Amino acid sequence: MIKVEGLTKRYGDVTAIEDLSFQVEKGEIVGFLGPNGAGKTTTMRIITGFLPSTDGMVSVSGHDIFEKPMEVKKKIGYLPEHPPLYADMTVAGYLKFVSKIKGVPRSARADAIDRMVQRCGLKDVRKKIIGKLSKGYRQRVGLAQAMIHDPEVLILDEPTIGLDPKQIIEIRELVKSLAGDQTIILSTHILPEVTMICQRCLIIDQGRIVADDSLEALTAQGSLESVFLKLTTEDVQ
Amino acid sequence: MKALTDIFHVAGKDLRALFVSPVAYVVLTGYVVLSGWFFFNLLVQFNRMISMYEMMRRPDIASQLNLNDMVMLPLLYNMTIVLLLMVPLITMRLFSEEKKLKTDELLLTSPISINSIVLGKYLAALVFLDVMLALTLIYPAILFQYGQPAPESGPIVAGYIGLFFLGAAFMAVGIFTSSLTENQIVAAVICFVALLLFFVIGWPAETAGPTVGKVLQYLSLIDHFTDFSKGLLDGRHVVYFITFILFALFLTKRSIESMRWR
Repeated sequence: MIKVEGLTKRYGDVTAIEDLSFQVEKGEIVGFLGPNGAGKTTTMRIITGFLPSTDGMVSVSGHDIFEKPMEVKKKIGYLPEHPPLYADMTVAGYLKFVSKIKGVPRSARADAIDRMVQRCGLKDVRKKIIGKLSKGYRQRVGLAQAMIHDPEVLILDEPTIGLDPKQIIEIRELVKSLAGDQTIILSTHILPEVTMICQRCLIIDQGRIVADDSLEALTAQGSLESVFLKLTTEDVQ
Repeated sequence: MKALTDIFHVAGKDLRALFVSPVAYVVLTGYVVLSGWFFFNLLVQFNRMISMYEMMRRPDIASQLNLNDMVMLPLLYNMTIVLLLMVPLITMRLFSEEKKLKTDELLLTSPISINSIVLGKYLAALVFLDVMLALTLIYPAILFQYGQPAPESGPIVAGYIGLFFLGAAFMAVGIFTSSLTENQIVAAVICFVALLLFFVIGWPAETAGPTVGKVLQYLSLIDHFTDFSKGLLDGRHVVYFITFILFALFLTKRSIESMRWR
């Protein structure tokens, strides 16, 4: 479904990621781990077509991101680290705009919005201005934004950051419920989350992959935490 | 076809954003207040000249004074200056704010082209420009209603067409400077400097030597507006403005692309 080969990104002299290769099969939920500054966000930004890479290739369901960016973008739902929200819009107005630019046909837009409101628990805030929402609700609107066009691939950059425990559980359940239909790459710092949601785990450190295996195999010798600490270095930044 | 609807989607979003923020209303009010003040003073002066020549028993001179040359022409020029001040305030947020709020990440990972984004935002700016100019149509309307004799309509129509092209060129510069930075103030200041420079770039034309002088003269935005204000619709000026706008929009697109390559 997602194929990444030899992906390298340099910002000037700084190498953010180097020679990254991995594959994600259809329906898999993959946890993407690594210390801050390891290159998680950069990798996700390249897969979504927001950043071009310096070298290497990415293909999503057979389409190369550089040759057919539009095809790839149609298939991807992306929740960046900061949910890209317009503070002066209402939740419904915002979702409508997103459904338009994501190419949801006119006749299906109202349904898509209703479905997202239902699924992400936005019923009470539907008519509210996004700027006045709490952080938890904003995160949920961000998630709704990523899923509104029913993408085959979901890329979630720290979807549970800044949420309270109850909201974290809700988002977790939501992501879990998507398993099977959608291919998901999810980055996080909360290791138990990975154990709960993901089948596979990718750990990167200083721009290189240090582990890529199923969760069972990785945790065979110990907890995920100890594995993570062993494989990654101190925070570089 | 899809590109066109994408443009409308983006334009709709940005127009909405303009009109839910106070910026649009402050700018519109400011524009109307200033142009109204100019109109009032030009009219008062016009009346004073007429009555002065009539007191001097020179009806021949008084009858040569007309509303087109004495009121509309200077009013149009004054409005270009006010436009110059107001346009940066409208365009400064177009791309800067998207970058600041990180919503550019949404636009650029959606299946719409950068062209559609740039053109959509530009379209929103043009619609706003139309609203601005439309509000000032009250002044010629007053002249047509109460002027004895009423002014000629030709130069006024041509003048407004010229004002629209000039404003459209200003907006194109503004959208470009907005794409350069995530700081709205910086975007506005660069825009203002660039516009003022293009306004006065023809000043050394006389002394700069024949070739350079001609080039400078040709680049000057206001020089291309002059014929419009006199009632002349000349295709060359239209070509100049359209080329100017397309070039600025092209630079905008490049600037958006390059920020991703950095």
